[in-house]
Amino acid sequence: MFNHLLSLLIWLPVVGAVPVLLAGSARPNLARWLALLMAVLTFVVSLFLLPQFNAADSAMQLTESHMWIASLGVHYGLAVDGISIALILLTTFVGILVIVGAWEVIQDKPHQYMAAMLVLEGLMIGVFCATDALLFYVFFEAMLIPMFILIGIWGGPRRVYATLKFFIYTFLGSIFMLIGLIYLYLKAGTFDLHTLAALPLTMQEQSWLFFAFLIAFAVKVPMVPVHTWLPDAHVEAPTGGSVVLAAVMLKIGGYGFLRFSLPIVPDASEHFAWLVIALSLVAVVYIGYVALVQEDMKKLVAYSSVAHMGFVTLGIFIAFMLVRGAGDVDMAKLGMQGAMVQMISHGFVSGAMFTCIGVMYDRLHTRSIKDYGGVINVMPWFGFFYVLFAMANSGLPGTSGFVGEFMVVLASFKANPWIALFAAFTLIIGAAYTLWMVKRVLWGDITNPHVREMKEINGREAFVLIAFAAAVLALGIWPQPLIHLMDASVSQLVQQLAVHKI
Amino acid sequence: MTLSTSILLTIALAPLVGCLLAGFLGKQIGRVGAHSVTILGLLVSCGLSFYVLYQITAGGAPAYNHNLYTWFEIGRFSASVGFLVDRLTAMMMVVVTFVSLLVHVYTIGYMADDDGYQRFFSYISLFTFSMLMLVMSNNFMQLFFGWEAVGLVSYLLIGFWYKRPTAIFANLKAFLVNRVGDFGFLLGIAAVLYFLGSLDYQTVFAAAPGLVGKTLQITQNHAWDAATVIGVLLFIGAMGKSAQVPLHVWLPDSMEGPTPISALIHAATMVTAGIFMVARMSPIYELSQGALSFVMVIGATGALFTGLIGIVQNDIKRVVAYSTLSQLGYMTVALGVSAYSGAVFHLMTHAFFKALLFLGAGSVIIAMHHEQDMRYMGGLRKYMPITWITMWIGSLALVAIPFTSGFYSKDAIIEAVGASHRWGSGYAYFCVLAGAFVTALYTFRQMYLTFHGKERFTVVEHHGHGHHDHDDHGHHKPGELAHAPHESPWVVTLPLILLAIPSLLVGFFTIGPMLFGGWFGQAIHVEEANNVLGELAGEFHGAAAMALHGFWSWPFGLVALAFVITTYIYLFNPAMAGKIKTAFKPLWTVLDRKYWVDDVYFAVFARGGVKLGRLFWKAGDAAVIDGALVNGSAGVVQRIAAGMRKLQSGYLYHYAFAMILGLILLLGGFWLVGQ
Repeated sequence: MFNHLLSLLIWLPVVGAVPVLLAGSARPNLARWLALLMAVLTFVVSLFLLPQFNAADSAMQLTESHMWIASLGVHYGLAVDGISIALILLTTFVGILVIVGAWEVIQDKPHQYMAAMLVLEGLMIGVFCATDALLFYVFFEAMLIPMFILIGIWGGPRRVYATLKFFIYTFLGSIFMLIGLIYLYLKAGTFDLHTLAALPLTMQEQSWLFFAFLIAFAVKVPMVPVHTWLPDAHVEAPTGGSVVLAAVMLKIGGYGFLRFSLPIVPDASEHFAWLVIALSLVAVVYIGYVALVQEDMKKLVAYSSVAHMGFVTLGIFIAFMLVRGAGDVDMAKLGMQGAMVQMISHGFVSGAMFTCIGVMYDRLHTRSIKDYGGVINVMPWFGFFYVLFAMANSGLPGTSGFVGEFMVVLASFKANPWIALFAAFTLIIGAAYTLWMVKRVLWGDITNPHVREMKEINGREAFVLIAFAAAVLALGIWPQPLIHLMDASVSQLVQQLAVHKI
Repeated sequence: MTLSTSILLTIALAPLVGCLLAGFLGKQIGRVGAHSVTILGLLVSCGLSFYVLYQITAGGAPAYNHNLYTWFEIGRFSASVGFLVDRLTAMMMVVVTFVSLLVHVYTIGYMADDDGYQRFFSYISLFTFSMLMLVMSNNFMQLFFGWEAVGLVSYLLIGFWYKRPTAIFANLKAFLVNRVGDFGFLLGIAAVLYFLGSLDYQTVFAAAPGLVGKTLQITQNHAWDAATVIGVLLFIGAMGKSAQVPLHVWLPDSMEGPTPISALIHAATMVTAGIFMVARMSPIYELSQGALSFVMVIGATGALFTGLIGIVQNDIKRVVAYSTLSQLGYMTVALGVSAYSGAVFHLMTHAFFKALLFLGAGSVIIAMHHEQDMRYMGGLRKYMPITWITMWIGSLALVAIPFTSGFYSKDAIIEAVGASHRWGSGYAYFCVLAGAFVTALYTFRQMYLTFHGKERFTVVEHHGHGHHDHDDHGHHKPGELAHAPHESPWVVTLPLILLAIPSLLVGFFTIGPMLFGGWFGQAIHVEEANNVLGELAGEFHGAAAMALHGFWSWPFGLVALAFVITTYIYLFNPAMAGKIKTAFKPLWTVLDRKYWVDDVYFAVFARGGVKLGRLFWKAGDAAVIDGALVNGSAGVVQRIAAGMRKLQSGYLYHYAFAMILGLILLLGGFWLVGQ
């Protein structure tokens, strides 16, 4: 049996970027079609994961392992569980849509843009497959490079400030993780995550490691107060960059918590869970208010991303209160699943929101809310999608945005009703900032004459929006398939939490 | 005889199919196509709903309770999409689909000139689907889905004329105020799961008695009774959806939407979802006297005080809107005294007569070329007799004249409140009695101003075209019409007639079984000690006797008094209205400003929220995090680097000096260590 499926997934887009680059700026259309072909191929290959994968088995599957750096015992180790597969599918799905979305929008060096996108996609898949901490770290850092380039070259006027801020912020975070990983290596003699999860550590060691991981992943998620790179990066990034950043890259932070903090330092994670929970609730309430007053649509959605990702970290860390405090494994699973569903859903919803803003930006070349108003008059079909995604962003049942938040609120009520109270506040503030924006952008009479010249979405844009809409609705109407895919892995993770290391 | 899944699915999905066809293929199938498919969907849905009601009532079919598919399943928790159809649900299904069907037909006439014709049909069919999902649900997850979906459609329909600034303000306001309610509702659902371990109605109700004695730890030494917490939290949801004080502010503004939806959504069905929900949750509410008292006091306050505002309104639709708020208060009071079936009974009769009043008001608005101000109406009865008579029927039902449907339901509620001994029932009794007087005042005033007295409009026939654009009805001076008013087409009057019939008769025939005959069976649960309707049953000797007795009761006396007052003022001495207004200027101002509730909310929550957001953004994100920490640390690095750079002067003697200095320090250090 072919057992290099994961390697194929990672390297297909990365290697596929070479012919795209070679097509050169002289043949932009060839570069576009080649890039699309690679993205579609990657997506098709990723679909093959599903029949190969046994969802009933909680073990890591489709394992690949080769010695990579023998002197350090570093392996090129890949494997997936249900959580990884869900995120990989999200990545490959979004991968196609950003290529299509950038089609004629990117006129400047399209071959390089497309190639950077493909490389980025491959590296992100690598992050979700790596079972060796150092390999994870390499992918984790390497993916900053294409994103740095995407923002730095195709970005807006303040792109240099934004891209440097993005790079230094995230890089600074991951340095701490690297130190933590080196410590673990010295202790265990390996970077294998499975072995590290079983490594006994004292509370003091765990605490140091916990904060090393926390800084790395909190920046990535991003959590308050290390979130300020995100609005700047989004504002300056090209549409496709924003979509990938919001839809996939932020998820790597949440994924990191699941793969590193929880299994390796469970006791410290329990001890400091209150901190993460508190920061998550601050993200929901405080950031909600900040989002309310944004004048730039992209900034607004960026802040809303921070608030929504608060549910991810909340769902993950209340698991400790539930498993170890209340002894309710099922409730902890509910919260953890909620966090996972929220990650996938936020991938669709934020990706779609940024695409919508991009569609408007391409026509009016401004992201400022006050320049719009009455867009529905000239773009009714676009309006349909915009309202749909805005509703998903407000967590309306029937859309994917509801599922994760619902599950996390239900679970957190058991952990502590006050947590649920603050978390549920998103119902009000989330609707307020999203729909107020909709009111000012979409509804109303046209006041800016340029709005009257805006053209209805074309077939290419419609394709991207329909794909996002289908995903948002499918997940909202029937989340069970996704939950089933991740169930065994989440159970395994939650059971692991119950085991004390000291 | 059993209910079949396919029939129930068809009932729910037929309107959805109509919605999708009219919405996505509106251009292709055209106007006729759009209203045909949606009305066909509603016909199927309504016909089958009647069949289900027949099956379950006459056919002895047992309640249907099955899941269709699993929404999520995690450990011992799961949520499904499924239907629970018992008598309560079946009655709601008939009310929803029947009123919706008539509103669909009416819309053909009302929206005839509107550009958004297909879109409107698509929305109201989507609404019907959502409302059916809400009432047919067998679990809390789906209930919440329907709950929010009807809120979405309400949002879309209030803002239907999206060019109007008032409309898009009103729809945002409606959505957000409802979200405040949903905030409580969601926490209520979480509390249900926490205490009872399930989201499925059947399981929850079976386990509900176990709530007794359980508490929720709020602080270290403070705990609340579990049933009260659940009851109050769920009711906060109902306060949003059913526009109870203090979350009532969105409903009057929702009148910005086209009139058909005011009838369907903001009178007959959606706003009663909260009432339905509490009735459905009766096994939980019965466990908490505290929660029920809370419900009763809130409802009573709304019943009286929102009705008072209705007296000073000049917009014909706003009068009906405040009347709806007041009547929702009556239903809520009934819930609060454990007369759940009384509440649901009033919900049903109210759906008919209030939809009738709204659609009648709409018919008047068509005749007046979209003038809604009653000060420019008067004497319309001779132009539009069908509207006039049917609206009088609706009004008589609203003020509860004996033998009308409204009498049976409202009088039963007043009696039940009178019989209740629950904390706060004295206050509630005062409110519902006084409310009866107030209801009659604004209702008769509205009827007189609209249909009777002198004509206060003039017909100016200079335009010579029948153009009446919804978005621009300001090109006439107020009170000037391009054509004489005329009776509306049959698609408008037929629904009026079909609603007038149940407004008159349905109460007479159904009060016996529904209120006193245990018709609802297992669907509504009342503890023996709380059963006020059970006590009243002993005094009930048939509908006719109750009506005859009604002529000698307090409420009827108050209505008669109000009739005399309004008749004198508006038919015989119109100048007196102005005099009274001047005499009671402060009181009038209080009512005209709606007790300043809207103003306070806007200042505190809307403006305050934005101010808070600005503060967080500028002080927190921009100043502290970015200014001081992020760019600040970058600045520190830069300054240090700049300082360090000065050391690299490039002069050889500087470096030589530094070397010598270093050597001296080093040697000195060794020397010190050696000592």
